[in-house]
Amino acid sequence: MKIERETVIAAPVERVWEVLTGGEHVGRWFSDAGAEIDLRPGGAIVLRWTYGVGRGRIVDVDPPRRFSYRWAAIREHWGEEPDDRNSTLVEFTLAREGDGTRLRVIESGFEALEGTDEQRRRAFEDNTEGWETQLGNIREYVARVAA
Amino acid sequence: MAAHAEELFAALADPTRWRVLNLLAERGEGTATTLAGELPVSRVAVVKHLAVLDRARLVESRRRGREVRYTVRPEPLTATARHLAAIAHEWDERLAVIKRLAEEGE
Repeated sequence: MKIERETVIAAPVERVWEVLTGGEHVGRWFSDAGAEIDLRPGGAIVLRWTYGVGRGRIVDVDPPRRFSYRWAAIREHWGEEPDDRNSTLVEFTLAREGDGTRLRVIESGFEALEGTDEQRRRAFEDNTEGWETQLGNIREYVARVAA
Repeated sequence: MAAHAEELFAALADPTRWRVLNLLAERGEGTATTLAGELPVSRVAVVKHLAVLDRARLVESRRRGREVRYTVRPEPLTATARHLAAIAHEWDERLAVIKRLAEEGE
């Protein structure tokens, strides 16, 4: 199961790469109080939010086309070293499109996450939307799921 | 995320099963026979689809005499849909910031 989103940016691939992987930028588009990135496979990512610190581990770096990392997407796991049981995989691909760049992100591995029953229960209790709306939402995402 | 998310998504990916689930949601409950009456598939096929939905915990079954009555269990769906929608929304926001930062820098 995965989530896939993309956008087209009116800037060259090299510039998008800089924003995507530079610590000073990541600390703005991902976290909100700075970030440190050791940009190499196996390198650490430290994400600083005003309300906590998250950790990531870089998987793949192929400038300016591909960048991927694992991070503990669930806040309960923040501070832990990201592994298969507590983190998801985030993969970015950059492709030239005219004078701009198509940036795609895929986040996957949600099904392997641990400690989620509580989250599921909370999410359900918080739910105030109707059944039909929920079916509509999930159908939209099912359409994006790889077989 | 639901521990059975993969099973859940596999269960929902089939259009006929999707229709079965929607019919159950609309009618409140149904049996393999009543569902087959409203779908262009055999009762045997409906039974198989219901078994998949049951394994994914999307329906609940109750035996009444010779019949098995099915109702929808919305919990796995609502939780998963909400969670995915929230994550996708977060990515839309992050991509928008990346776009703004990259375009500003030019």
